[in-house]
Amino acid sequence: MKLTLLNAIIAVSIAIGFAALNAAYLVWAERRGAGRIQRRPGPNINGPLGLLQPPMDGIKLMAKQLIIPGGADKALFVAAPVLAMAPAIMSFVTIPFSDTIIAHDLNIGVLVLFAFASLGSISLLFAGWSSRNKYAVMSAMRAVSQAIAYEIPMLITVITVVLIVGSMSLTDIVLAQKGGIWNWYVFPFRSGLFNPLMMMSFLIFFICALAETNRAPFDLGEAESELVAGFHTEYGSMGFGLFFMGEYANIVIGACLTTILFLGGWDCPFGLYPGVWWFIIKIYLIIATIIWIRWTFPRTTIYGLLNLSWKILIPLSLFNLLLTAGLLKVF
Amino acid sequence: MVSYFSEIFSGLWSLLVGLGITFKEFFSPAVTVEYPYETLKMPERFRGHIQLIADEEGNPNCIVCMMCQRACPSGCISLAGKKEEGQKKKVLTKYILDFTTCSLCGSCVESCNFNALEFSKEYNLASTRKEDYIIDLKKRLEENNS
Repeated sequence: MKLTLLNAIIAVSIAIGFAALNAAYLVWAERRGAGRIQRRPGPNINGPLGLLQPPMDGIKLMAKQLIIPGGADKALFVAAPVLAMAPAIMSFVTIPFSDTIIAHDLNIGVLVLFAFASLGSISLLFAGWSSRNKYAVMSAMRAVSQAIAYEIPMLITVITVVLIVGSMSLTDIVLAQKGGIWNWYVFPFRSGLFNPLMMMSFLIFFICALAETNRAPFDLGEAESELVAGFHTEYGSMGFGLFFMGEYANIVIGACLTTILFLGGWDCPFGLYPGVWWFIIKIYLIIATIIWIRWTFPRTTIYGLLNLSWKILIPLSLFNLLLTAGLLKVF
Repeated sequence: MVSYFSEIFSGLWSLLVGLGITFKEFFSPAVTVEYPYETLKMPERFRGHIQLIADEEGNPNCIVCMMCQRACPSGCISLAGKKEEGQKKKVLTKYILDFTTCSLCGSCVESCNFNALEFSKEYNLASTRKEDYIIDLKKRLEENNS
């Protein structure tokens, strides 16, 4: 597909629609899921099964006044929520939902995705810094140190996959895993490359994806019990709404990446009807797991979080990178 | 080195155990009673404010012996009765409970020898006016009968 202006606009508006719808209804799914896990019904008054809750929340947020605190850095304060949302939406452009449904197939798709992902932590830094609130600054510092600590093992595991495929294009990565569940990179008995540690790599990547999206149990950036609401303490109205949407869009991106890199993208586990629906099923299963994890585990401490990354994830992922490189050289 | 790996594995295992617990909880029924739409059945020995017990014809069992009024430490019960022509027993004409001072001690129920008083299961008693707690129990019984 040629990248004309019209195509780009259509692609971005579909991406915005998809992201906004997901953000709205993942909040609903999250609250319902949390309710089920805690043996209560969750939101169920507005509409059947509480399905009208997200639009109601949206209307409430939009009806509120956007307050800019005195002494805040105005330009950054206003820019931060937009900067949280925009890269998350732009990332959707490079994601192949199936072999035909992709806005723009870049040959450096992986790189672009991670570039956008690291923009996210800058928006948190902006938000925390510009609100002129000590809790927000502390939260911003935490979020950035966390992002730095977890980007390294994440990128190392991604390099492992890129090394096997020999391409940075997300479509190529999926096509390399074609032909059933045993070809997916999550499993060690893949034909052509026997690497027993791929399962571990998948786990490392998943943990890093959780940490990168600031999700529980790594949601130290917005630790309510210590930091009020973290970097978005001073944000009300749709400013807060944009942070929220950005967070959920990032979760979807994380799930998409996990699916593409390790779970075979749109490939069917048993070779039946490969297509976009398999991709959708996989990403929502992963998102369900993420929600499940959030409501199971308590928040870690900041030291525990950084120790996990520097002492366990980085050495293990580096070891797997070396092992994979060696195996590729030998076979 | 061994402890490094065993720590990782035992940690992972404990995480899986935790996930298992929430997975089980996810599929167990919710325990919430959605209060205004559904209410709990009060337990047998729940103490709401007192109410009169009626016989089969719907008349109160009370014979106006005044034992409950005398037993009440807060003086919140006031009742009156009269003797109809040609009848042996007195008939209750009014029974007013001042619930503002009642402490639900149950002395009235204990003192009643004619099975005429019991605790009700009423607990929806919120009001903004004091007068709502001066409860006419005879009227309440008649309303319940109809």
